[in-house]
Amino acid sequence: MIASIAFYLFAALTILPALAVIFARNPVHSVLWLILAFFNAAGLMLLLGAEFIAMLVVIVYVGAVAVLFLFVVMMLDIDFAQLRSGFTRNLPFGIIIALVLAFEIVVATMSYKTGPALAGGHLAQAPATPNIVALGQLLYSRYLFPFEIAGLILLVAMIGAIVLTHRRRGDLKTPNVSRQIRRRPEDSIRNANPGVGEGMSL
Amino acid sequence: MIGLTHYLTVAAILFTIGVLGIFLNRRNVILMLMAIELILLAVNINLVAFSAYLGDLTGQVLAMFVLTVAAAEAAIGLAILVIFFRRRGSIAVDDVNRMRG
Repeated sequence: MIASIAFYLFAALTILPALAVIFARNPVHSVLWLILAFFNAAGLMLLLGAEFIAMLVVIVYVGAVAVLFLFVVMMLDIDFAQLRSGFTRNLPFGIIIALVLAFEIVVATMSYKTGPALAGGHLAQAPATPNIVALGQLLYSRYLFPFEIAGLILLVAMIGAIVLTHRRRGDLKTPNVSRQIRRRPEDSIRNANPGVGEGMSL
Repeated sequence: MIGLTHYLTVAAILFTIGVLGIFLNRRNVILMLMAIELILLAVNINLVAFSAYLGDLTGQVLAMFVLTVAAAEAAIGLAILVIFFRRRGSIAVDDVNRMRG
């Protein structure tokens, strides 16, 4: 009973914010709705017994991706009202497409043929080992190569993002640190002993 | 009793909302990227639901990889967006074909 209530709560709070994401007028609000949707999707995954993935969704999606979106939305000075100009024109067509797509997927999920594992339609028995332990054992043995590739993808994405957005600005006067460090006293200090009344040239 | 179909339906609705978002905000790249994140989230819910109901952890491993790719895609997409904005002063994607390097 309590599991059903939790499921419907999390499901509703995933879907309604997702709708708010695409219909919000202000993109900052969109990002905040997106964060709410991610949190509740993590709740859904907790209900399924996938604790590690749920925490990963919170950490990666909310902690990294959503904050990245928020940064970009706030950093760029964009006229969003002008960007929404095609919205109402696309609305009827888009709604029709979406309804057809949703209908197809839901019909497909309703009419799947149950295999032996799915015949009961209930959750498989929770294994003795905790979720994260089992996942780690699988990840570092059978899926070691894809795991390494995933790390490589992240590295490429990081370097790519830095290379793309880095630029050398000519209009800034920044100190030349290496030149400052290379400077020695003998390059810049000169001892002199000028005679009385002669003055000295600099 | 909550069955597999319930989770799959939630994921289907989420996926559809993502596709709808791409359709409706065809000029706003930021919202398109957010809609793609929604689609990937729906895929992840599907994978985790199947993993739980089949008693097979492979689905969760795959969900992790999807998460990785989603993070990388968001980072690269937003970086491209930033340089596009720097060059053109707007992010309207109707005329991206005029970028030419």
